[in-house]
Formats: sequence, structure tokens, C-alpha cells
Amino acid sequence: MTKWVVDAENITKVYQMGEVEVHALRGLSVKIAPGEIVSIMGPSGSGKSTLMNILGCLDRPTSGKYSLNGESVATLTDDQLAEIRNRGVGFVFQSFNLLPRATALANVELPLRYAELNGRNRKQVAKQALEAVGLGDRIRHRPNELSGGEQQRVAIARALVNDPAIIMADEPSGNLDTKAGDEIMNLLRNLNKERGTTLIIVTHDPEIAAHTDRVISLRDGRIEE
Amino acid sequence: MNFGQTILEALDSLSSNKVRTALTMLGIIIGVGAVIAMLGIGTGTERAIVGEIEGIGTNLLFVRTNHEDITNPRPLTLRDADALNDPGFAPSVAAAAPIVQGQAELTYAGQGTTVSLVGVTEEYDLVQTVELSEGEFFNSAQINGLASAVILGANVAEDLFGRSDGLVGETVRVSGQPFRVVAILKKEGGSQFGSADDQILVPLTTAQVRLLPQAVKNEVSMIYVSAVDADAVKSAEEEVALILRDRHKIKLAEDDFSILSQEVFLDMASTVTGVFTIFLGGVAGISLLVGGIGIMNIMLVSVTERTKEIGLRKAVGAKKNDILVQFLIESSLLSLLGGAFGIVLGWLLALGVGKIAAANDFLLDPAITINAVLLATLFSAAVGLFFGIYPANRAARLEPIEALRSE
Repeated sequence: MTKWVVDAENITKVYQMGEVEVHALRGLSVKIAPGEIVSIMGPSGSGKSTLMNILGCLDRPTSGKYSLNGESVATLTDDQLAEIRNRGVGFVFQSFNLLPRATALANVELPLRYAELNGRNRKQVAKQALEAVGLGDRIRHRPNELSGGEQQRVAIARALVNDPAIIMADEPSGNLDTKAGDEIMNLLRNLNKERGTTLIIVTHDPEIAAHTDRVISLRDGRIEE
Repeated sequence: MNFGQTILEALDSLSSNKVRTALTMLGIIIGVGAVIAMLGIGTGTERAIVGEIEGIGTNLLFVRTNHEDITNPRPLTLRDADALNDPGFAPSVAAAAPIVQGQAELTYAGQGTTVSLVGVTEEYDLVQTVELSEGEFFNSAQINGLASAVILGANVAEDLFGRSDGLVGETVRVSGQPFRVVAILKKEGGSQFGSADDQILVPLTTAQVRLLPQAVKNEVSMIYVSAVDADAVKSAEEEVALILRDRHKIKLAEDDFSILSQEVFLDMASTVTGVFTIFLGGVAGISLLVGGIGIMNIMLVSVTERTKEIGLRKAVGAKKNDILVQFLIESSLLSLLGGAFGIVLGWLLALGVGKIAAANDFLLDPAITINAVLLATLFSAAVGLFFGIYPANRAARLEPIEALRSE
């Protein structure tokens, strides 16, 4: 185990928008220790989505070094990145992003299928993940038969089913009412405590940020000190 | 990525929009249905024609006067036929039956009809499979004695008497002269080459002397030659040619006669039906192509609609190939299922055409061969794969962040 689960150094990201170059990230460094809960804050346009995409291996930095769990990922191919995401990153989105026609179990199984886990193990592991988020009795339900909070729990189960090094949560309670949102945040914190999963939360809610170990504030593609 | 699971998922996704799936499949169903029906009918037609040609009598050669390339051909005569019947010169020939052909007015009880008339000798019974429903074939006394005897085809008898049995002994008039009916031919049905059902047979001598006044004495229209067996057809043909060249005093010039074997007819028939089948197959192929374009269209729509799903799958670890395979399986299933329905539809169509043909006295038994089914299945799978590649590739190349961002 390396010291840092996330070790990004001098990351830049430049988008080419026609003739104009947009500097979304202007050389920032982030280090996150295993088991930490970190929130990323900043106004829109500050580069927090870009940073999340890069830390979550959905995108590559234009320059800079990035190691996830000790593995350098800045120059990997698309398919290699897919594998890293599959094993090392769990995503929780604001709009849940569940497959609407699949059951809760099938939704949670999805990452395991791309990990080529065989059928029986897959069902077993997926079921355990659903039990861990308190939905053991809802595994045959489809998303439209579940409440928003329950849907987000399914998404969390999907995120942790491969036992990833980090879970990236993008406004996880943004589409939920206060009560359900609080429950989701508590669930994430408990999972962090029980499993030691590193948690990175992108949010603009200072309330949520206040409950994390550390806040990284972004402005204009740089970290605000 | 688990293959079985992917297929189940594809089926689920196809069933999520049943009307669209059914409409997309319709193109393939019609295409494959057309291919199957066309091939079935084509094969059935070929078999019917081949069966008919073989039904004329196996081991048969047809000798005619060659009018095309020769200015003054010597006609074929009864003497020529006699020579061909000489086993010393033509050991491969089982029998040679000369015939004369013409038209004659046939009347009974004031009702008249024009029929085609064939003057035959005793050998006719040997070279043709003459089946009689009643009575007996001409004997030599009748043939040699210019007898006023006639054998009626089944349809002729029906037209004239309204029945085809119990007619032996009746008297009909052929070109105004009274003839006694000695036999009725058994109904053959469905021959396309001037069916024997519509003919009457009379002794050759009678025809030449009394019914076809324009005929040159001893001249015959055609000589049917049967070989002793199927292997002897080639040597029989050579012997016939040698004998006739000798008799017609041909040394270097073109033959003034032509010998057609069944093989020539079969070749001709299979060429014709082959062209027919290719033509119909081509038409059917075009409709399959159109069906394939329909699949591509719908798959493109599907990819656009499911961009977000694709983004999510990529986010949780799907590789390019996983997405590619997922969409290819969907398009292939779409066309394979369409193909399966199409095979059933084509089979029903061919069956229907067979029934209609049978109702019209043409014996066509549409043959859906295993080859046709395999061809249709392979072809529809190939169509699905081919037309699925572009949309699937488009899905596989989507950037995960772009795809996730789409609504």
C-alpha cells in the first residue's frame, strides 16, 4: 500500500474549443490518503468537474502526473482506463444513472460483469453490496419502483461492489430532499468508517463540506489556499 | 463479458419497444420470406420440369429433319426408321418409333373439335410409356392394314363425350371419316409440352394415306429412338447419326437431321430455371438489403437514445469491445429473429403458390431445402452484423464524459 491513494501532481487540462484554448485546470496538485473523506468545492467553471473526471479516470490530464493507488494512469489507453475505473473507482452521480429496465441486483452486477466475474459469484457479491446499503429486501425491484433515496443507495451499492480504492460522489444528495440526502451522506460516511474506502465528494453545499475531513476549494483551475 | 447475459439483455432491450422492433424486423421478414419463397418455388419448378422431361421416357432421343442450316434436306422416312430398328447396325437402339403429326377435325354427334393427331407405329408403345385407362394399343394388323382405329387422349374424350370411360367401341369421325375408338389414354395431367391428354393417336399408315393428304408418302415428322439403357444413350446417338448419314449420303456436309437427347432438354431446363432462380433471388436480395438499411437506421436512433446508458457502462468499466459487442448482438438478434419469422412466412408463401399451381393443373411442389434455410439464416445474420457495425462502432467510440453529460 502506498502512502497516497490519490497522488496528482501539477495537473493541467486544456480544452480546444474551436480557435480558443480553455484552461480548465492550471497546474494543481492533490494528495489524498487512504480512508480520507475529502470534498471538492468551487463555483461553476472552477474546474471541479474536470478534476473529478481526471481523478475518476474518465479523462486524461493534458500534462502532469497522476497515480491512483500507486499506479500511474496519466498515459493509459481508453481500454486500460476502463479497467482502472472498473476495479479502482466507484461513481455516484447526482441523477443516479441506473439502467431503468434492470433490477436493483442487475444494476449492481453491471461492474462485475465487465470485470468478467462468473454468474454465481456475481449474484452473491452484488447481493452483499445491496445488503450493505440496507436494500437486501429490494433486490428484485426496478428503479421506477424505488424512491429517490433508495435509487441512490442502489447506485452506491454499484459503486462499492468491486471494492474500489476511491468512491467519487458528484453531488450525491443534489436530487434528494433533505432527509433522504442526510441518510445518503450518513450511509457514505458509515461505509467509509467500516470499509476504509476513500471518499471524494464534489459539492457546492457548505453543510456537506463541513462534515468532511478536508475541503479542497477550486477557483479558476487552481486550488484556493 | 458474459455472452449469454448480453443476449438476454439485448432481448430485453428489443422487447422494450415492441412496435419499433417489429417494424424493423418486418423488412428482414419480408426479405427472407421472399428469398425462401423464391428459392422454394424455383427449386419446385425445376424439379417439376425435370420430372416432366424424364416422364417423356428415359433413354430417349428425338431425331428430326434439320431445316435450319441445310437448303434441301432429305426428309426422314419410314425406311430410315426401319434401318434404325436393325439391331445389326444399331445394337444400342432398343426401338425407333417414327411418327407423323398433324391437326384433324374430330367430331361426335355433331360436336366438333380440332385436335393434334399423331400417327404411330407399334414401336411407339416401346419408346413412350403409353398408359391406357381402357382398351388396348394398336396391333400390327391395325397398323399395317390402314385400320380406322383411334386412341383418344383423356381430355379429348372428356370434351367430346363428357366422360372418359366406357368409350371403347364408340365411333367418332376424324376429318369426316368414321373411326372406332380402341382405347383411351390414362390422364397424365400437367404436361407443359403439348400434353398427350389433348392428342389422338391413329396408325401411322392410316394418318399418311387418309388423314394428312399433304404428307409425302413414307415421310415422317420425327423418329423417337430409345436406347437399350441409360448408359447406351451416347452410343445410340452415334449409331443413329452414322446410319442416317449413310442413308442420306452425307460425307462432309452438315447433317440434314438433328438428334436431340433428353440431356439437351435437361440442360436447357436447368439453365432456364437457374436464370429464373438467380433473378428471383436477386429481387429478394434487394429487399433484404433494404431491410438491413432499416436495421442500421433504427440502431443509430437507439445509440443516440441510449448515449447516457453507454456513458454509464463505460464509467463502470465497459471497454470499447463490450459496447461494440452489445450493439452488434442487438442488431444481429433483430435480423436473426426477423430471419426466423421470414423463413416461416416464405414457407407458407411457397406452400400457397404450390396450392394455387395445383389448382391450375400444374404440378409444382415447392421445395424448401435445408440449404435455402441455412442460406437465409446466414444471410440475415450477416445483414444484421454488417448494418450493425456502423452504429455499434459509433456507440463504442463515445467518450464517457460526453456521453454521461448528455440528456
